[in-house]
Amino acid sequence: MNVKKGSVAAHAVMGLMAVYFLLPFWWLLVAATKNNDGLFQSNALWFADFHLIDNLTLLFDQENGVFLTWMRNSAFYAVVSGVGATAVSALAGYAFAKLRFPGRNKLFALLLGLIMVPATALVLPTYLLMSQANLVDTIWAVILPSLLNPFGVYLLRVYVHDSIPDEMLEAARIDGAGEFRVFTSVALPAMRPALVTVLLFSMVGSWNNFFLPLVMLSDDQLYPLTVGLRAWYMSAIMGNGGAATFNVIVTGALVAIVPLIVAFLMLQRYWRGGLTIGAVK
Amino acid sequence: MTEVQTSPAAAPAAAGPSPKAPARRATHLREAATGWLFVLPFVVLLVAFLLLPMAYAFKISLYRSTLIEGEVFALFDNYRQAIDDPLVREGVVLVLVFGLVQTPVMIGIALVAALLIDAATSRFSRFFRLAAFVPYAVPVVIGTLMWGFLYSDSVGPFSALGVDFVSGDTVLASLGNIVTWQWAGYNMIVLYAALQGLPRETYESARMDGAGEVQIALRIKTPMISSALVLATLFTIMGTLQFFTEPLILQPLNPGAITQHYTPNVYAYHQAFSFQQHNYSAAISFLLGAVVFVGSYIFLFATRKRSALA
Repeated sequence: MNVKKGSVAAHAVMGLMAVYFLLPFWWLLVAATKNNDGLFQSNALWFADFHLIDNLTLLFDQENGVFLTWMRNSAFYAVVSGVGATAVSALAGYAFAKLRFPGRNKLFALLLGLIMVPATALVLPTYLLMSQANLVDTIWAVILPSLLNPFGVYLLRVYVHDSIPDEMLEAARIDGAGEFRVFTSVALPAMRPALVTVLLFSMVGSWNNFFLPLVMLSDDQLYPLTVGLRAWYMSAIMGNGGAATFNVIVTGALVAIVPLIVAFLMLQRYWRGGLTIGAVK
Repeated sequence: MTEVQTSPAAAPAAAGPSPKAPARRATHLREAATGWLFVLPFVVLLVAFLLLPMAYAFKISLYRSTLIEGEVFALFDNYRQAIDDPLVREGVVLVLVFGLVQTPVMIGIALVAALLIDAATSRFSRFFRLAAFVPYAVPVVIGTLMWGFLYSDSVGPFSALGVDFVSGDTVLASLGNIVTWQWAGYNMIVLYAALQGLPRETYESARMDGAGEVQIALRIKTPMISSALVLATLFTIMGTLQFFTEPLILQPLNPGAITQHYTPNVYAYHQAFSFQQHNYSAAISFLLGAVVFVGSYIFLFATRKRSALA
């Protein structure tokens, strides 16, 4: 009896919290189906005249289709930074865990010490250095800094150290495999779950990045979605002529998060894996 | 440390009596060379995009740009100016107040949610776990844009309440709500993972002694995950000190309330890009980075018995 009452109360609390977490998504979904008049005049949490297709057309026509360019840029930055960061982290994480080389422990201690350096404090000096190297306002200004992922190295080191026995590598060496072969054909396959987690986190991190591209890029043809949508939002609020209207921005926001939600639902295990290793170890 | 790799015990017996010492030396050399080769890309990136920017920011923060003489060495003048600057102080006070209120609220919500999904094993609790975590997958920019619309008195659903969510008095709470919405689920998962790692037998014996579920949650489970709570709190405080994206995005809604010196990071950004004060901006960035960095380690050191990271 008592247990049942407690369970009802627990579910009521969870229900309320779920409404809080999901309400903005519901609003976004509903709002993306309205034209600009509907957005201002109808009930904000329920459907009015259905204009989703019109909104999508408007979205992809706005400023000669720049939204599609932003989507492509976001995807490109995410894939290149994600794959690059994962490759660099895999090599370093494996070396820290399994290869003995002079300076290894000092270097790893340095890495642990620097994990706490706040990324936002580095953006402005990185911008100034990049501008001296004439790399500002190029794709490299966004991609190169994103390749550095100390946390990914740490995570992969922990994973390799705990889950790949030395005997496995030794056996491959005795079979005559070189160090690089041992890495690619023995270690890499065994690292797969952790690699997917690091890849996922670095790709999403890059897709969501804002401060770095905001500072580095001024050519709107190079913008990722985050910087582009913010620029539209600014113009719409300021009431600039020819600016994207609210219904276009709302639809753009919906289109921008759909790939993330899909990736999130399909790869839940790996999301949680990354958070858990990071938190408990 | 692992000392197995080429120790004699692990060497194959079938290798025969051939001279092993030079071969082992060669193996060691090869291993060392491979090790360095493997960490080299990471080291290059670490130098280019972490150590070098840090050193560079520190260097230019020691100079001042003058009209007549150009760059002049000024030692700590920029830092002195930053510490005396009332606009910096306002920003620091704001992020401290924000952190002191928002952090316990959000960690509290995350803890309650984690305890609930740990205790309940219904289909709804699994759905709830997903629902609470989804906002974390949304870019901060887009989460903030969404809430910007929700707060709006013309298109938002709360306009009937007649509350101005972005007035001088309410905007900080509104920003806090965005951060809580976006990060509570993330922290819930971190705490939930810690709860899942606890031995279940402890609760059984407490139940035998007549403890209720609420008592078990508060008196047994919560203290046992204190290290995860400490880490979650630390990361939240680090995040709030660097508060930047949310206020920058909502700035056009009320530029009088969300000023160009609203938080230290917003101030540093505007100093650099609106006023070209690179030296002063670097000093503020460096100071903020140093405070966050040193603060994190003091916090971890002070709580090292509870924390698993130390």
